[in-house]
Amino acid sequence: MKHMIKRWRLAVQILFTIITNGYLYGFISGKIYRGQLKYVCVPGLNCYSCPGAVASCPIGALQAVLNGKGFQVPFAVLGFFFLFGSILGRVVCGWLCPFGLVQDLLHRIPLFRKRKRLPFHRILKYGKYLVLVLLVCIGSSFLFGGFAKIPAFCKYLCPSGTFLGALPLIGMNEALRSQIGGLFFWKLGILLLLLFLSVKVYRPFCQYLCPLGAVYGWFNRFSLVQIHWEKDKCISCMACQKACPVELAPDEISRSPECIRCGKCTGACPTGCLHFKKPDPPTS
Amino acid sequence: MSFWRNWRISKHCRQYAWIAGVLLGVLFLGIGMAQGQFETIWKKAVMICMECIGIG
Repeated sequence: MKHMIKRWRLAVQILFTIITNGYLYGFISGKIYRGQLKYVCVPGLNCYSCPGAVASCPIGALQAVLNGKGFQVPFAVLGFFFLFGSILGRVVCGWLCPFGLVQDLLHRIPLFRKRKRLPFHRILKYGKYLVLVLLVCIGSSFLFGGFAKIPAFCKYLCPSGTFLGALPLIGMNEALRSQIGGLFFWKLGILLLLLFLSVKVYRPFCQYLCPLGAVYGWFNRFSLVQIHWEKDKCISCMACQKACPVELAPDEISRSPECIRCGKCTGACPTGCLHFKKPDPPTS
Repeated sequence: MSFWRNWRISKHCRQYAWIAGVLLGVLFLGIGMAQGQFETIWKKAVMICMECIGIG
């Protein structure tokens, strides 16, 4: 059971990454897809400047709307957030995000003693909310580069943009390669730091910095896909907490915004008291 | 965010909240479409985003 969930999740992650980055011609030509599918956002953090990307990144799209003249409520992107969030919650992070897959694979490298969290986790975990408010919302609405507003998160932080967008494009496109400067090396530094950290710590970007994780975390309590805990069957062995990559206790799993629904707890539970399911129908 | 985690909600609310969320999502998508926000998203997404790749 434990290995079955793990394999299923890896297969879904790989498949979804291939599907959402399936424009192979882009990787060969060093250009990006310009078709109709880019009206739609993918659920995970997937840079739309990745040569293979067939749809838009929700955080990039949010900033694009906020970067417009004046201020407008980004209803279109909120619509995607509510749709994906209400059905899946942070299943998106655990099963569908390409950058999450990259971090998962790096964490499997048998180097260093693995850690689930960074020191000061209880404070650092709020970093993602700060990034969402300061860089994505306020930064994109009020920071200007010249006369135009700038997508602050994409510009100064997003490692997915560097990994999925910049590196393949700059590798293939001579004109872009000639323009790289300090900003590129700043972003490359952040990417390398996070990738290196991912080998030791479980998903550092998702746990501490990802604004998309912050958004979907709010939906975790209400989403259709839930991990249900049957208190009566629980023998308090805490095998689930040991298996959980973010160390959540069984009573916290269904309601915590930190749970990425990876399902490791369901595989670890000896009594089967944790399982994926829809919310219980109310009893009269 | 502990208030969010500890906020007590009835099973009824919890069972149907996701449906309300989906409906709200569809409504927001409709409003966004009417305001031409999908056009804005598409225009940004089909050009190489210089900020995203650390050049702009």
